[in-house]
Amino acid sequence: MALLEVRNLVKSFDRGTVLDGIDLTVEKGDVTAVLGPSGSGKTTMLRCLNYLERADAGTMVFDGVSYDLRDAGKGEISALRKQTGFVFQSYNLFSNKTVLDNVTLGLTSGRSMDRKEARDIGITELERVGMQDYADRYPVQLSGGQQQRVAIARALATDPKIIYFDEPTSALDPELTSEVLDVMIQLAGSGITMVVVTHEMTFAQNVSSRIVFMEGGNIIEQGSSSEIFDSPKEERTREFLKLNG
Amino acid sequence: MNTWQLLVDSFPKIILPGLVMTVPLTLISFSLAIVIAVIVALIQYAKVPVLTQIARIYIWIIRGTPLLVQLMVGYYGPSAFGIKTNGFAVAIVVFAINEGAYCAETIRGCMESVPKGQLEAGYCVGMSYWGIMWHVILPQSFRAAFPALGNSLISMVKDTSLASNITVTEMFLATRQIAGRTYQFLPLYLEVAFIYLMFSTVLEALQRRGEVGLGRYDNGTSGS
Repeated sequence: MALLEVRNLVKSFDRGTVLDGIDLTVEKGDVTAVLGPSGSGKTTMLRCLNYLERADAGTMVFDGVSYDLRDAGKGEISALRKQTGFVFQSYNLFSNKTVLDNVTLGLTSGRSMDRKEARDIGITELERVGMQDYADRYPVQLSGGQQQRVAIARALATDPKIIYFDEPTSALDPELTSEVLDVMIQLAGSGITMVVVTHEMTFAQNVSSRIVFMEGGNIIEQGSSSEIFDSPKEERTREFLKLNG
Repeated sequence: MNTWQLLVDSFPKIILPGLVMTVPLTLISFSLAIVIAVIVALIQYAKVPVLTQIARIYIWIIRGTPLLVQLMVGYYGPSAFGIKTNGFAVAIVVFAINEGAYCAETIRGCMESVPKGQLEAGYCVGMSYWGIMWHVILPQSFRAAFPALGNSLISMVKDTSLASNITVTEMFLATRQIAGRTYQFLPLYLEVAFIYLMFSTVLEALQRRGEVGLGRYDNGTSGS
């Protein structure tokens, strides 16, 4: 059974429909890259899946449990979020917390884990992203790439079943994107289920196992990475890949 | 009596009520005010139904009426119902309620200026709303509110002189009593002004040190 199954996700803002009935399936271990032009609804879709936005309609089955993406209670949402991780475009590290506290707060406050145990996990995850030497620094003392690596460690610390990445390298200078991508490539190799909204074509082509191409609030085409890149069926996908390739 | 001699003799008689009345009144009232302010700010930030409306009415009334009138109402109001009031206790409560309303607005404003991404990040690591408030939003708001709260505290030291109107023998009432006996109004009022200035200067110095201490996470070079 699929880890994540989204059916008929619909979302409108005042300016119009952003998601026009999205169906999406993610298998355990998949690394799914979500591609598409700006304004195609990629980020909104990701945010709806973690209830950062309320959908107007839609259902989701996550790890065998059904969720209504429009009406869900606080308890359900909180239970869901405890099984997911989210990496933001603008990192959103807690600016008043040290690097280590950023990584452990979800454990100590969110899950009442004792500080010692949380600390060990925190250090391990910081080592995984190569940031262990910065444990006592504050976010403002780090470069964007370092902040995003800490944000990834923070998402990993709670041992989520899936991690959503919302354009994780879009806010970074070109020379800083590679350090973040390297971490993501390493994660992809370790079997973590990832859904990555991205403009990084190289990452999508070489690292992700599946591609979802979106435009105008719809999924135009989806398939394995090689299918989409080598023989896209839809004209729009071909155009997009040519322009961005 | 020689004016200088009067100033020297009166100094301990003014500063003593300052130390036993003005300072405790300020510190106790301001601490209570901060507690009130945090609760009222949280209620509004979280948009708790009914309580938010009550909070707005509270702030509206307190900010819209003079502090002196609030002191008078607090002092004479209960006696209308046959309850005897103590000036010092009334002053503590009225100053706390008054300052609480202003500080609530300061803190609420700072809470709302914390980027929304901080709250979202808290949700996404599995924290509860109130957990995020406590660990993330409130500490950041306090950092931002600190200079404005310091301002409020310094104002309050001086506002406590109004408590002289409800029989609290703080510095200003002590000064007025000496002036009334000696008819040396100007030198004594200048003297008490100087003592208020000293108290405020100490607080300002403390505020600056506090800001340096709190500044640790927003110093240094910012990321790209």
